[in-house]
Amino acid sequence: MAILKVDNLNKTYSPKSIPVKNVSLTVKDQEFLTLLGPSGCGKSTMLRMIAGLEMPTRGRIWVGDRDVTPLRPGDRNMAMVFQSYALYPHMNVRANISASLRLRKLPESDVNQRLRDVSAKLGLDSLLDRKPSQLSGGQRQRVALARALVRRPEVFLLDEPLSNLDALLREQVRAELKQIFERQSAPVVYVTHDQTEAMTLSTQVAVLYDGTVQQLAAPSEIYHRPANRFVAGFVGSPQMNLLTLMCEGNFACLGAYKIPLPEPIARSPQAIPQTIVLGIRPEDVAVVEPASDRAIAEGHCFLIENLGTAKLLSLSIPHGDRDRLTLRALVPHDLPLPSDQISLHLPSDRLHWFDSQTGDRLG
Amino acid sequence: MPPSPSRSRTWPTVFLFLAPAIALLLLIYGYPIARSLGLSLMTQNLGTQLEPQFSGLGNYGRMVGDGRFWHTLGNTAVFTIAAVTIELVLGLAIALLLHRKFWGRGLVRTIAILPWALPTAVMAVGWAWIFNDQYGVVNDLLQRLHLISGPINWLGDPALAMVSLIVADVWKTTPFVSVLLLAGLQSIPDDLYEAHAIDGATPWQSFWAITLPLLMPQLAIAVLFRFAQSFGVFDLVQVMTGGGPAGSTETVSLYIYATVMRYLDFGYGAALTVVTFLLLVATVAIAIALLGRRGLRQL
Repeated sequence: MAILKVDNLNKTYSPKSIPVKNVSLTVKDQEFLTLLGPSGCGKSTMLRMIAGLEMPTRGRIWVGDRDVTPLRPGDRNMAMVFQSYALYPHMNVRANISASLRLRKLPESDVNQRLRDVSAKLGLDSLLDRKPSQLSGGQRQRVALARALVRRPEVFLLDEPLSNLDALLREQVRAELKQIFERQSAPVVYVTHDQTEAMTLSTQVAVLYDGTVQQLAAPSEIYHRPANRFVAGFVGSPQMNLLTLMCEGNFACLGAYKIPLPEPIARSPQAIPQTIVLGIRPEDVAVVEPASDRAIAEGHCFLIENLGTAKLLSLSIPHGDRDRLTLRALVPHDLPLPSDQISLHLPSDRLHWFDSQTGDRLG
Repeated sequence: MPPSPSRSRTWPTVFLFLAPAIALLLLIYGYPIARSLGLSLMTQNLGTQLEPQFSGLGNYGRMVGDGRFWHTLGNTAVFTIAAVTIELVLGLAIALLLHRKFWGRGLVRTIAILPWALPTAVMAVGWAWIFNDQYGVVNDLLQRLHLISGPINWLGDPALAMVSLIVADVWKTTPFVSVLLLAGLQSIPDDLYEAHAIDGATPWQSFWAITLPLLMPQLAIAVLFRFAQSFGVFDLVQVMTGGGPAGSTETVSLYIYATVMRYLDFGYGAALTVVTFLLLVATVAIAIALLGRRGLRQL
């Protein structure tokens, strides 16, 4: 079956506007690759180049051993789901789904067979004669999906397909999407700015920022070992705490407390930088008994946000003479908090260290 | 919403708010139409019959045998059908061009609307000179290109005079059609074309499957507007040919004008007006039924 290969892809509008800077990616059969990044990171441009809606300035796109770069969108055997769904408003659902098959002049019996299959799978049987304007948002989304599935393409492309749905529906459709694409063998490229979608749906996530891939890895790897400061800050909600600390010998100073630097840095004293960025996810911050010997920081709690299953504490930690750092901690919703003054423990195996200059992961 | 009590309270209010508009419409449209209807049942000719005298459907009977009426009606039909068809095709082509991205598009769009902004009488004088047999630029160009050997008397030949009128009308009103259709094109989202391209369509196929159907409301509006205007064309013909040569370009409006203002036959003129009016209404109704029933509802 097909493998989608993107080789050194570049899109340059002007020297100052380069949305995609030499990106290479491979998506195999059964793989679900998500391009994740904030708006303007180049993820949509990437997808549009793969689809053939935009010509790359440099680089090639391969499907299997076929170079599809010069081909028109319709000749690439890829199906795409648009953020707006892009349903043909003057055609009913049946015509919308079968448009691509009729353009390819498939025999009528095949068209009907495929239409029946896909509409049964997506529960569209009763809607086939409706116009898109007579459908709800979720139904339109399913029609857009059916239009892609009916093609049985070599590659699926999805451009933020859930972002026009309300929160409740989005969760439901997300689960449906996962079920559907787990049964598909063709590679999927999925674009989103929503990290939950990226985490739940993908087998691989490529975090994009400023036109380059920051990290390409499985979702759990992205979450547990972010490759740099950007990935650490972008993935995860609530956001990871990122504290810039001074180094002293083999330790980083957090107020009056000293935190040992990780092995690889500590081993070579001349490589120890002046400052270092410490990252820790709010759910990894532990609240401990006051004056406990496990406490490695103490802060003043100035904000409590109740998230239902948990409370999000915002703590202000004295740092240096005048400075204060803000640290957020996610704690069980029923944790008693007798005073504003809270002692914290930062488990050493949950700490992430980043170079304060380059932002790269250390250790 | 509670049913009857609130509705009974709102109806007088609704009528109150609508009253000024209705009064105005009755004054401007209702009264002249009713007056024409009444007059068309009278014999009144300021040359012979000063006092109006009731004559029933006499004027209408006279019309059936009036060769000049049928002739002008035919002229009007030829002019309207030819002009509107060419304007639609040309207007759509220009709209498609102006819809593309190119440098200086805003300026070109503004320039393209200019012919529409010119007063018809003024531009008709211009076109009369352009088609002039001795000094006209059309003859000059064709002769320089060696397409014709001697000057052609455009406005003096019955068939060519009609052609000249149609050319002038197309020049003037195509911009209106193309601006209307351009607005329609801009309302079609780009991603429909992108989705269609990914579905495997060529631009030509997208034109037939996406552009034309989604442009139907604007096409219907353009046809209705242009049809109604062309059917009542007066100033262009009056200035360029005066209905000549030998009545070959006389339209219904010109005939009515002559009947009333030159022959002072008010009764018969009114009857002609009524028949033309009914023809126009009927044609527009048919056009709406055929073309735009679905499309107009989308507006």
